Amino acid sequence: MFDIKSFYEAKDVKDAVRALVNDPDAEIISGGTDVLIRVREGKDAGKSLVSIHNIAELKGVKLLPDGDIFIGAGTAFSHITNDALIKEKINMLGEAVDTVGGPQIRNTGTIGGNICNGATSADSASTMWALNAELVLEGPDGERIVPINEFYTGPGKTVRDRCEVCKGFIIRKENFEGWYGRYIKYGKRNAMEIATLGCAVRVKLSEDKKNIEEARLAYGVAGPTPLRCHKAEAAVKGRAVNDPELYDVFAREALTEVNPRSSWRASKEFRLQLIEELCKRGLKDAIELAGGEVDA
Amino acid sequence: MDIVGQKVTRVDAYGKVTGEAKYTADTEPRDILHAAVVHSTIANGLVKSFDLSEALKVPGVVKIVTCFDVPDIGFPTAGHPWSVEEKHQDICDRKLLNKRVRLYGDDIAAVVATDEVAAKKAARLVKAEYEEYKPITTVEEALAEDATVLHPEVRKDNVIVKSHMTMGEADFKFDEAVKKAEEEYGKDNLVLLEKEYDTPRISHCHIELPVSWAYVEPNGKVTITSSTQIPHIVRNSVAMALGLPIGKVRVIKPYIGGGFGNKQDVLYEPLNAYLSMVCGGRPVRLEISREETIIGTRTRHAIKGKVKALCTKDGKLLARKLEAYANNGAYASHGHAICANCGTVFKDLYHDDMGTEVDCWTVYTSSPTAGAMRAYGIPQSVWITECMTEDLAHAIGMDPYEFRMKNCMEEGFKDPGNGITFHSYGLKKCMEIGAERIGYKEKLEAYKNQTGKVRRGIGMAIFCYKTGVYPISLETASCRMVLNQDGSAQLVMGATEIGQGADTVFSQMAAETTGISFDKIYIVSTQDTDVTPFDTGAYASRQTYVSGMAVKKCAGILRERILDYAAYMINNEVTDISKTIYADVVKAAKERLLKAMPVDEVQGSMLDIVNSRVVAHKGEEIIDLFDVGVVADTAFYSLDRSEHITAECTNHCKDNTFASGCCFVDVEVDMAVGKVDIKNIVQVHDSGILINPKLAEAQVHGGMSMSLGYGLSEELLVDPKTGRVLNDNLLDYKIPTAMDTPKLNVEFVQLEDPTGPYGNKALGEPPAIPVAPAIRSAILNATGVSMDVTPMTPQRLIEAFKKEGLI
Repeated sequence: MFDIKSFYEAKDVKDAVRALVNDPDAEIISGGTDVLIRVREGKDAGKSLVSIHNIAELKGVKLLPDGDIFIGAGTAFSHITNDALIKEKINMLGEAVDTVGGPQIRNTGTIGGNICNGATSADSASTMWALNAELVLEGPDGERIVPINEFYTGPGKTVRDRCEVCKGFIIRKENFEGWYGRYIKYGKRNAMEIATLGCAVRVKLSEDKKNIEEARLAYGVAGPTPLRCHKAEAAVKGRAVNDPELYDVFAREALTEVNPRSSWRASKEFRLQLIEELCKRGLKDAIELAGGEVDA
Repeated sequence: MDIVGQKVTRVDAYGKVTGEAKYTADTEPRDILHAAVVHSTIANGLVKSFDLSEALKVPGVVKIVTCFDVPDIGFPTAGHPWSVEEKHQDICDRKLLNKRVRLYGDDIAAVVATDEVAAKKAARLVKAEYEEYKPITTVEEALAEDATVLHPEVRKDNVIVKSHMTMGEADFKFDEAVKKAEEEYGKDNLVLLEKEYDTPRISHCHIELPVSWAYVEPNGKVTITSSTQIPHIVRNSVAMALGLPIGKVRVIKPYIGGGFGNKQDVLYEPLNAYLSMVCGGRPVRLEISREETIIGTRTRHAIKGKVKALCTKDGKLLARKLEAYANNGAYASHGHAICANCGTVFKDLYHDDMGTEVDCWTVYTSSPTAGAMRAYGIPQSVWITECMTEDLAHAIGMDPYEFRMKNCMEEGFKDPGNGITFHSYGLKKCMEIGAERIGYKEKLEAYKNQTGKVRRGIGMAIFCYKTGVYPISLETASCRMVLNQDGSAQLVMGATEIGQGADTVFSQMAAETTGISFDKIYIVSTQDTDVTPFDTGAYASRQTYVSGMAVKKCAGILRERILDYAAYMINNEVTDISKTIYADVVKAAKERLLKAMPVDEVQGSMLDIVNSRVVAHKGEEIIDLFDVGVVADTAFYSLDRSEHITAECTNHCKDNTFASGCCFVDVEVDMAVGKVDIKNIVQVHDSGILINPKLAEAQVHGGMSMSLGYGLSEELLVDPKTGRVLNDNLLDYKIPTAMDTPKLNVEFVQLEDPTGPYGNKALGEPPAIPVAPAIRSAILNATGVSMDVTPMTPQRLIEAFKKEGLI
């Protein structure tokens, strides 16, 4: 049994916004895999919940007329992983969200919740950063679009107002066409795990597959929010895929851009080691996925 | 043997997989009240006062009791047989609720309400004021001269017990042995090792949380249904805690969802009973959360071992010394028994030519209480012992397998201290089989001289484990069998099914010895202390051995009584039997029997029961007579001689034997990310004759999985500043998932143990012992790095590899 003051099933996004405005004690619930845990722990006990779980317009993945992709905020992880469009265009995201928790969680938990929780460890977050995803938020004053790198303000904190509903994410065509990538979740075990570190690497190779035209590197848990490593990206831009210094340069620059902390879960030194090692492995995988030949 | 040794399906399989099997929470009545416990938010201090005003306002609250209300009676909680000798009694250092707070999360008050949400809400609103002392969460802090004494009423300092043991001379001293050895062998021919090995505090992680519900019968009997391994012991402790005569307490134990030793302790049953009593005897349910379970029930002791060892450079062990320090946490629970057990196996597992010296300390600290957990001090002991063995073999450059073969406990071993004897010895055979199955010698060769950051390694560990607790404690078990009219029978045991398959193997034993077919044995799974015969319960890998012997004896008595009655029926056809519906059957049987074996009077001892048929043997020939149902039905309703055929007996066990085994692991270590991938693992057990090989294998799988977690990931973390548990949930406390578990290969060496009822000996706990040190051995082989602290988490591995310049 949960200590919940009231539960309102919203009919559509506008209805949800209205309900949130009307009750200052209310918060959104979608998949419930984070909210119910907080209620159970007593942190959010006695709150009113506004459910967006059954709003059809928040679910699914679609190709927009201009070739961009829209992912509904209420789309469950397992849906994303198995979606044909995702598999074809942004398979890396499907793989990333397939590392969340266990099968039951992935069938219920949504990508909107994963991002809006503001956790640096969210398994979709670093990939969404590497994809330059944009959030579509709707509040009492209408709709706005926020780039993901402007969304996070601190651990568990975002620019989303309590009364704003995240409708979904736009991934622009130029961020996935010709790009390949790998998300490496480092956990202490292989399932039912929160990331000790998440590393998302994407590359776009030259036509002859010999050079890196562009690269992207994003981390989760390498700082209080997910983050991008622009210097590391710049350092490998234009380099040959079999450049012997490629991986060391990439990792060296990345280490200057991160800010992991020591906690009882993992020391800073341990996380730095992972930051260094995983970007190399991610880059190698990404180049291979893109059709580049990597020296063994 | 006929049914013993068969892979029969568990008797509770269908009930458990369909969800029909009844567990504690399934049996509670409607409109039951719910309780929640209020826990302290300091680790060490005194409760000064409460403010209950906000909590009492919560709608649905029926009653709030605090540590100032409960009876001032100390009681013990250990799942040990109560000792009638005062000196051997468990320490009575618990109260229902505590004014003197000794861990962060100590029980200081309790709320009873009409529903769970109201109870929990009110519990959150209870405010307490404390007088606070400095938390002392480590053994070092607790042993410091200025440390607060946590239990001044039972101990003058924080040492629960310190004990000293030796092998060899009674006054054997390691340091003197070193001097002697230097004279005899020359210093250059010796290797002296001095190291410290450490083990973590861990949590049992049984699926079903501790849950009970209690009410008071109109006749005043306090009745508790509980998820426990030890209903008869719970009854005793509840009676003590509440100051009631034991006959006024009744404990019922239905199916339970695992215990692993945590439920070999009296947990919240006394408080639950008390809460019902203060609510007019109304049924009250007390189910604690996972977090409360991890913090406030029991844990496996963190034991630190300071070791010294001396051997010759050609691999002869001369002397060893262990100083073991067990962090027992806030309450005594099982007290010193576990650390002493740890010390015993350290000295037993290897033979020291000169002698062995062991000192064990069990220490109170203001942190979660340690108690029994599967294998009772031996995972710690074998971790320490096998780390030492490996490091010695490494130091002299000897193959660790050969070093073990040369120095491990031998056939016929008898512990001179307690007399426990290795009656059926399979240790070396296990090692041979394990080495062969994993390809030990080839891999040892193949993995030499590796470079690079990903390396392979081969490793092993051995262990021994006693069977039950004799002669350290009482071993007693009772069994009752009751024959039905159709020739089937109930089997009533005080021993408990806790998921390990006890009900199934007891049923197999009863069928084996009575001759009644397996499908006609109905085991009564639930223990009810008002009607169930006495047994101390499921722990110490004892039940198949100790309670199994009770089944064998009881089934023998029942069989004899059936056959005596059968003989009476055959001998008395003209009087009473002739009037019954079975007259023709018996007459024909008698003719067959007398034709084959002419006698004046048939004796029960001439007859036998095979597959529920009464038969006689003439050489190889079996003369079939009639069904056991014919005997039973007649015995029930005979107007001449009515008799309900039953049997009941106690097995007071005064024997013990060692089980043993080993584990071999082949790993790949990815040093740059601190990950260990188990490529192959083989565990071999010397547990005597297997009653049910399929259940035995499952038992080993479960144990291996626990030891895998012990080696790589499981560790309960306590903040030294506040005493608060940091990872009190199953996300942050890392038990291995199915995705982390390799294929678990299991082998058995089946040697008949002369002291076991069916040649069997301990198997329940041993599987949880050797995986962790075997992985450690394989990591050492792969990288040359000796990990001295378990679990060997990625962070610890990376730190060690960095220190050695490997990454």
